[in-house]
Amino acid sequence: MKKSWQSKLFDMFNTVVLGVFASTTVLPFLYVLACSFAPEKEILSKPFFIIPSEVHLRSYKYIFSSPTLPRAFLVSLFITISGALTAMFFTLTMAYPLSKKYLVGRNVLLGLVTFTLVFGGGMIPGFLVIKSLGFINKYWALILPGALSTWNLLVVKNFFQELPQEMEDSARVDGCSALGTFLRIVLPLSMPVIATFTLFYAVGYWNDYRSALLYTTNNKMWPLQLVLRQIILMAAGNIDGATFDEAYTQPPLESVKNAVIVFGTVPILAVYPFLQKHFVKGIMIGAIKG
Amino acid sequence: MAEMSAGIKIKNKRKKQGYKLRQIKKDLWLYILVIPGLLHFIVFKYLPMWGILIAFKDYNAYLGFFGSPWVGFKQFTDFFTSPEFGRLFVNTLTISFYNLIFGFPAPVIMALMLNEIRKQWYKRTIQTLVYIPHFISWVIIASLTYTLFNSQGVINKYIAAMGNEAVPFLTSADTFRPLIIGQTIWKETGFGTIIYLAALAGIDVQLYEAAVIDGANRFKQFWHITLPSIKGTIITLLILRMGHILDNGFDQLFLMSNSLNRSVSEVFDVYVYTMGITRGAFSFSTAVGLFKSLIGIVLIYSSNRLAKAAGESGIF
Repeated sequence: MKKSWQSKLFDMFNTVVLGVFASTTVLPFLYVLACSFAPEKEILSKPFFIIPSEVHLRSYKYIFSSPTLPRAFLVSLFITISGALTAMFFTLTMAYPLSKKYLVGRNVLLGLVTFTLVFGGGMIPGFLVIKSLGFINKYWALILPGALSTWNLLVVKNFFQELPQEMEDSARVDGCSALGTFLRIVLPLSMPVIATFTLFYAVGYWNDYRSALLYTTNNKMWPLQLVLRQIILMAAGNIDGATFDEAYTQPPLESVKNAVIVFGTVPILAVYPFLQKHFVKGIMIGAIKG
Repeated sequence: MAEMSAGIKIKNKRKKQGYKLRQIKKDLWLYILVIPGLLHFIVFKYLPMWGILIAFKDYNAYLGFFGSPWVGFKQFTDFFTSPEFGRLFVNTLTISFYNLIFGFPAPVIMALMLNEIRKQWYKRTIQTLVYIPHFISWVIIASLTYTLFNSQGVINKYIAAMGNEAVPFLTSADTFRPLIIGQTIWKETGFGTIIYLAALAGIDVQLYEAAVIDGANRFKQFWHITLPSIKGTIITLLILRMGHILDNGFDQLFLMSNSLNRSVSEVFDVYVYTMGITRGAFSFSTAVGLFKSLIGIVLIYSSNRLAKAAGESGIF
């Protein structure tokens, strides 16, 4: 069938608009990356570029000359790994029993769980709970509260529900306990889902700055995101408050600021290809019976 | 006769209870598995809900949760009569409203546009790129915004090159809202398309084939087949969205607000933080938070009723 001219015009418009939007998602990163290597003069004079005229490693050397950022990086890494593992433990162990329709008391449990989707205690009561547990300035405060997302729990529960029950039944008949069935039959079948949600939780922990803002006062415990905020936004006078590391408020080194942004972005972009492989599927499992 | 049937009923009940007990015993491991997650829910979700009670008290750290005196609705009346209330309410609703009318349709439109792309490699490339911002933290996004929009940033360099005066995007009350909505659209539009693209992929191809035979052009196919097929998905997501209409993202607004744009940037979420964590007015800020969540519940239920009244399935 021949296309009408309107149809062709629309296709052209469509292609261009999507292309422009998509390029706005990468151009800022490329610019920041270029700036982190570029000489100071170039950043101040040229409005936009993605290939620096000269390549300097000065700003990266500067970052590593103070322990602040490398330490924050390690803190974030620790919180991300231990957080994602803890969260998967809570999510998998709770989702499996909830996926069994014959479980006595299941509806009560599910009611308790889904209610938290529409209502929550809010920031201050949450803070008081953490405080009375004695978690202020403890890494527990940065790991435990986020270790079970209701939404993720329900999606994983739906996934378990879709698994063929016959396999589990035959394992039970052969004398396998419910725990054994879960560990030896169900978990090995769920590897794609486990990968998806481990990555989701990991990204959540890596990007989180609110927990550290609320529950820690000791800046040596701060994860990368909170330190980045301090360096870029507060040193920029964007938010009133004191800065804690003189090294980064010294001469307004634009290239250093850009290198700091790169430092905080690269880990996410590094796992993005793995994430992308999984998250579409992860969302679909949830969409089947949301 | 009556006694007898009552006896049978009791016997049946006992039998049922016995069956239940046996069932529980058989599934003992399942109950043990539930314990860690259940404890998590109790400690981190339900204890804070119980803690909401301090909104009706005058909380004092020395007297503690139980020792602090009850004050009824004092915190609420204090809040409603405070000069901040009107400003917070307007700021919160305005940002929510703009996010709803600009941010909600954006992924629908983008999904429909992606759906019309015939070159698969182009579609896949676009998708790969537009999903990225969803995974980038607000701190990084605020930093990028700073780099691009500060007085010597990329945008202002172009404005200067055209001979115009620099625009103080980051510190002006006029540019704050567009900047916030722009950030949200940039971050979430691409990721939001996933669910609509799935709905679009589920449309029966035969419908289009039949439409072509009947002489429907591309626009007619879009209007009579594509759009009606994803209407349900759009409505479901709209209802879910209504419940969170007043949560305009603490993480984002806290980073973007500063003393120069406070007149438009202060919203309920940020105010709760400032009053509660920074100034220690725990009871007052809990009352503010509770007021916000209650509006959210009312909105989610009423939009659900509305959707049902309009003949849609709703979410509960």
